[in-house]
Amino acid sequence: MTIDFLVAALMTIITASTPLVFAAVGEIVAERSGVLNLGVEGMMIVGAIGAFATGIITGDPVLAVLAGAASGALMAFIFGCLTLWLLSNQVATGLALTIFGIGLSALLGHQFVGVTLAGLPRLDIPGITDLPFIGPLLFGHDALVYLSVVSVIAVAWFLRHTRAGLALRAVGENHDAAHSIGYPVILIRLLAVLFGGAMAGLGGACLSLAYTPLWIENMTAGRGWIALALVVFASWRPWRAFFGAYLFGGITIIQLHAQGLGVAIPSQILSMLPYIATIVVLVLISRDDVRMRFNAPACLGRSFHATG
Amino acid sequence: MNTVNRAMAACLLAAGLLAAPAQAEPLKVGFVYVGPIGDHGWTYQHDQGRLAVEEAFGDQVETSYVENVPEGADADRVIAQLAETGHDLIFTTSFGYMNPTIRVAELYPDVRFEHATGYKQADNVATYSARFYEGRHVAGLLAGSVTESNVIGYIASFPIPEVVRGINATFLAARSVNPDVSFKIVWVSTWFDPGKEGDAAKALIDQGADVILQHTDSPAALQVAQDRGVWAVGQASNMTAFGSDAHLVSVVNNWAAYYLRRVQSALDGSWGTSDTWGGFGADMLVLSAYNEAIPADVVEMAEAARSAIAEGSLHPFTGPIHDQEGNLLVAVGEVADDGMLLGMSVYVEGIDATLPQ
Repeated sequence: MTIDFLVAALMTIITASTPLVFAAVGEIVAERSGVLNLGVEGMMIVGAIGAFATGIITGDPVLAVLAGAASGALMAFIFGCLTLWLLSNQVATGLALTIFGIGLSALLGHQFVGVTLAGLPRLDIPGITDLPFIGPLLFGHDALVYLSVVSVIAVAWFLRHTRAGLALRAVGENHDAAHSIGYPVILIRLLAVLFGGAMAGLGGACLSLAYTPLWIENMTAGRGWIALALVVFASWRPWRAFFGAYLFGGITIIQLHAQGLGVAIPSQILSMLPYIATIVVLVLISRDDVRMRFNAPACLGRSFHATG
Repeated sequence: MNTVNRAMAACLLAAGLLAAPAQAEPLKVGFVYVGPIGDHGWTYQHDQGRLAVEEAFGDQVETSYVENVPEGADADRVIAQLAETGHDLIFTTSFGYMNPTIRVAELYPDVRFEHATGYKQADNVATYSARFYEGRHVAGLLAGSVTESNVIGYIASFPIPEVVRGINATFLAARSVNPDVSFKIVWVSTWFDPGKEGDAAKALIDQGADVILQHTDSPAALQVAQDRGVWAVGQASNMTAFGSDAHLVSVVNNWAAYYLRRVQSALDGSWGTSDTWGGFGADMLVLSAYNEAIPADVVEMAEAARSAIAEGSLHPFTGPIHDQEGNLLVAVGEVADDGMLLGMSVYVEGIDATLPQ
């Protein structure tokens, strides 16, 4: 196995994992504020068509990426209005958001089927990107890959080291207490949900602009659900979600390579591997009931209604 | 989503009925799709067929479709709904609609049904499918001719006879023009996941493949091939736009040819049940334009094979053909019969891989 081959495989893993990183980290922020938004798949797919359509119409990749984030955030805003002000059930509303998003994206994308877009440009620094091994791995990606890493760092820092992050966590742990000491619970949650939506939209933009630069209905193919699983897998920590996404992407790609190399494992088992790995880790971390409760935001999924 | 779409479609159907003018009765033709018409693959091509019917027959027909219909009890209800709302001819376009179609057809003996890719007929149920392996023979000839690494990558979906037959047809054709060719086959366990199909293409290219073939639905693999500077073959619909340099040719499912014939026969009263398995000869498979970068003699050979298959003078499965264990499948000079083709579940000799069971 040559170095080139290894680099190629790692490059594929990175592009496959990036959409998951965006969506999972965004959902972590929403869930840490106490809102369970199961509409990630719907927000992702709307982000994907929003970004793709904008890319085709304007030809500007920056606008396209921004449009992806905005489309996801818009979907999240609908969810926020329903669950935060109208106090609808978060689980049901989230599921409905996914169904709505898939339908809406199909409607919006109708005229974009079969249209192609040049993918996002990749970083290419003469002399540096050509370095063996680390050159392409560190300096050969599109902007979204770097943005995903930056967003993980930023979110981890925000949650742990800023006052606003502390307020967000307080709202997620005990909204009544947070309310009684004067935090605007609804506003904080709305912002967290919007951020989650924008990140899911970016994940979708990754798919339709960089990963497979095209639009096809349902092209997220369940990645939003995987992002949701990654949040629990990561016990609501951004860095763990990042590694979880890479683990998932890594196993997916390695099993494809293993098949090409003729490894005599049934392909169905290889296809199951990423999911099995996720379940195993879920079982391991949820085995300890106390730690599980310690990890999950205490008010996750509970509606807040200010009383007095 | 499926239920919602279905409900919406039912409402639209009902609304259409009320609004329909009460003049000369057009033939109402219904289509049941398993996927969205925006998939740019299987369902998209069926819908192109429906549009061709509308265009060709104008006021004589009225078509409607229901997309994203799950293969199960929902299908019964959708098909019955179409029959109930006055449709005279109903096409159900996925294998899993076989039993629902038969069941509903018993309840509506005056309605004519057509089921794609199944094997159960009735007095008012005809079946139809396309000989996709004929297109794969041409793809194999091209792949075997243009490969320089002699490694051809194949993205497969599920180990069912349809897919195995495609792999075998491609391999036999590629070997016939290039005895050094070998296949790398990756099973992705999905018909449709652009990301995963693209990743599989990348993995195959990283392992030395310089032609990518696929039995999945999205153009993602072709895009990757374009990006990496290797060849690929488009599947189901014309995919040229997704990678014009990499694109050798697309094997296009041309359901329009069949739908036009059948609607015509329903209109003139000659419709009868039948079992159609058509390929190039029946125009149910067509090829897109070849890539201009392919050497002229290769295109000539491929074109010759296509017309020979269309005329019936060439069969992609002509003996001697052995399986991987060396058992004789088709004797010298014979051709595989349809029964054997439909049940094909072993790789032919020379494929260096194990078929997942």
